[in-house]
Amino acid sequence: MSFLGYLKDGISLGSVYAIIALGYTMVYGIAKMLNFAHGDVIMVGAFVILTAITKAGLGPVPSVLLGVIFCTALGITIEAVAYRPLRKAASSLAVLITAIGVSYLLQNLALLIFGADAKSFVTVIDVPSVSLFDGQLVIKGISIVTIVACIVIMTVLTLFVNRTKPGQAMKAVSEDRDAAQLMGINVNATISLTFAIGSGLAAIAGLLLCSSYPSLTPYTGSMPGIKAFVAAVFGGIGSIPGAMVGGILLGVIEIFGKAYISSQIADAIVFAVLIIVLLVRPAGLFGKNIQEKV
Amino acid sequence: MAMLEINNLGISFGGLRAVDNFNLTIEKGQLYGLIGPNGAGKTTVFNLLTGVYKPSSGKVILDGADITGKSTVEINRIGVARTFQNIRLFKAMTVLDNVKTGLHNHYTYSTFTGIFRLPKYFKTEKEMNERAIELLKVFDLDGEAEYLAGNLPYGKQRKLEIARALATEPKLLLLDEPAAGMNPNETQELMGTIHFVRDHFDMTILLIEHDMRLVAGICEELTVLNFGEILCQGRTTQVLNDPRVITAYLGE
Amino acid sequence: MKKMSKTSKNNLINYGIVIAFYVIVQILSATGNLSNLLNGLLVPLCIYIIAAVSLNLVVGFSGELSLGHAGFMCVGAFSSAIFSQVAGSSIPSVPRLILAILIGAVVAAIFGLLIGIPVLRLRGDYLAIVTLAFGEIIKNLINILYVGVDSKGLHVATSSASLQLESDGTQILKGALGISGTSVLYKDIKNSYFLIGIILVLITLFIVQNLVNSRSGRAITSTRDNRIAAESIGINVTKYKLMAFTISAALAGVAGVLYAHNLASLKVSTFDYNMSILILVYVVLGGIGSVRGSIIATIILYVLPEMLRGFSTYRMLIYSVVLIAMMLFNWAPASRAFRERLRERIVSYLPKKKKEV
Repeated sequence: MSFLGYLKDGISLGSVYAIIALGYTMVYGIAKMLNFAHGDVIMVGAFVILTAITKAGLGPVPSVLLGVIFCTALGITIEAVAYRPLRKAASSLAVLITAIGVSYLLQNLALLIFGADAKSFVTVIDVPSVSLFDGQLVIKGISIVTIVACIVIMTVLTLFVNRTKPGQAMKAVSEDRDAAQLMGINVNATISLTFAIGSGLAAIAGLLLCSSYPSLTPYTGSMPGIKAFVAAVFGGIGSIPGAMVGGILLGVIEIFGKAYISSQIADAIVFAVLIIVLLVRPAGLFGKNIQEKV
Repeated sequence: MAMLEINNLGISFGGLRAVDNFNLTIEKGQLYGLIGPNGAGKTTVFNLLTGVYKPSSGKVILDGADITGKSTVEINRIGVARTFQNIRLFKAMTVLDNVKTGLHNHYTYSTFTGIFRLPKYFKTEKEMNERAIELLKVFDLDGEAEYLAGNLPYGKQRKLEIARALATEPKLLLLDEPAAGMNPNETQELMGTIHFVRDHFDMTILLIEHDMRLVAGICEELTVLNFGEILCQGRTTQVLNDPRVITAYLGE
Repeated sequence: MKKMSKTSKNNLINYGIVIAFYVIVQILSATGNLSNLLNGLLVPLCIYIIAAVSLNLVVGFSGELSLGHAGFMCVGAFSSAIFSQVAGSSIPSVPRLILAILIGAVVAAIFGLLIGIPVLRLRGDYLAIVTLAFGEIIKNLINILYVGVDSKGLHVATSSASLQLESDGTQILKGALGISGTSVLYKDIKNSYFLIGIILVLITLFIVQNLVNSRSGRAITSTRDNRIAAESIGINVTKYKLMAFTISAALAGVAGVLYAHNLASLKVSTFDYNMSILILVYVVLGGIGSVRGSIIATIILYVLPEMLRGFSTYRMLIYSVVLIAMMLFNWAPASRAFRERLRERIVSYLPKKKKEV
């Protein structure tokens, strides 16, 4: 039964990775940049929600809403101030380094405001646990919420991209930015929208992550951010189902690695699997392998 | 013996037969033209000849050596060099270094010699410089040797690409739309240069071109490609007057 | 050959900058104007310059983004520290340090080669993430590595207990606790570390600059500028990308050796991806493909946060804002156009001293 228990933990953790990875993958697909600061937006979201509840005394729902709105606005601002001026820069490395700068900035702002010591996250989501097989397998309420949230977000996002006009505009921009511009699509607005969605999702990811692992520091978003990025690459960067599958696989591998091999090298196992997958399928599980035209 | 012999060459992309049953024989020293409407598969033929794509059928023999399915690098070493339709220079390198990179496999010294500046480094670099300048002179580019390749005007970039290809000492030179983007004067001059290259380097040349004045002016024989298949083959004047060719270009 | 003299002049200037830096520091130190804080930064500065210049070989000249440079420093640091500990005082300091440097370089080069073979098949951002992954794997594995030595020889295990040392044995590497006491073994030459660092920087410059301006260097640069064209003229792209990657790893290993021997205790957690990113920042801000830029950017960006120590809490905040501002100023097309206009305007006001256009 412990196997099922680990599996459930893995899927739950993986669902958080998947939600973060969705943000990475959409931004990458459309703006063609690695937004290294994405993980830190998660941390910001979690701090906003925590502060809203403990300091402002808001209820869970308004707090979460506030967190989502704050992160959405943050994402749009970061894009407009730090990334947009570099979109046509001579080297794509320029925007990557700027994103690293933004990541440092968010971490150090949080450090200044909230201090370095870990804050324990409050219970926002209060759902009872489910007990299966005569109590041999207990699924915590937060795990259920996380998994359900992940499935809902992924479904809504897929429908949004495929069925709505702004979604189609996103697809067009990711396919060919210049052509999309010529067809009258507002590229700047589309990229802003992508950052808005990705960052809003990051706030939710922050909530779910800290609800499962209730310790919050300015660096909380950093490693999950990297892992989610790995998940996005794993699934094939730019692909929504890829981010979902990549995230969940990553979570499961990490938990199994910790449980069955060694908790100290669980990360090494995760990264090793990534490398193997990329060597077999260089564009990830669901990625398109595009060859340069000669 | 023919310099290039292509038998039944073909390739499909996802069920689409991009080039089919392509046959061609070019004699040593010939100036041969490959023409056809846009999308006929001309550049695909070049990509098959240089190993960018692996053919799904057929055989390519260069000067008696089978080069079918070999890698781009191997094929260049055996003796095929090319230029590209959308110019592919080493833009952030100087004009001189572009040509010297082309000399890579013919003037060699080890990486160790290079780092520690052993006598062979100086000797070989001197020879490379001389040879590269000699090649640049052919294209009247020696005055711009120290410019970055990306800063050259378009017409000169095309010429530099030919110089770089020649630096690899090929037996067969493939030119992909060498006159594209040139004005009539430049094209006229280019025709002279191509003739000169053929005579001076004793080169066999296969070129793709849309400029019919250039084709008619310098190609001795032509193959017309349409929808991936050969429409017509033969002496230039004959081919250009063939009613099928005129139809393919101008429509019914 | 005008150009030959121009590149060699450029290279000489770079050696000159490094030597001038050394001389200035010596003068400051002799006149008592060098603060203890600054004095402590000198060797780390050399370490980061070596790391940045070597990373520039990969990022700037072979055009591949690597986020795992700290991993190679890590390998160089630990292999050489283990050697120094095992060798102990049986070899005099100077030859021992030279051997340690060679060992660090060779081991890092082997890792570079082994990692490069599979990794260089990938392109662009995929390559970046895989190099990051390798860096993290190396860190994780050393984290659980235990090494000890006794009369029977070297023991390697994944836990302290399973080392099974004889009673005369000593543990050298203790997993996450790392290796301690390496710098003590070099007490007699510890004061010359800055000089040694400067010499290693000069050697790094020598190798990278001479490589770049040679036949192999042109091949490496050509694969960056246009991979397909490079293949079409018979350049073995994989071979040259691998060469750049391996040489870069070896030099990063040297930086790691200096790191390991400069500190009283060496912990693997230092070599995380933040360190790789830090070095990448030096390279990109200094100018991709510019050796001099890497040197100057490293000096400024390494010393800047240390200078800001007085502002303690605001230190990294200021650093991050400066970093973003510098990137925007340096790279944004709008800022470049603005500077160009500004320059033209200033030039037009200047008295006529025009050179040929």
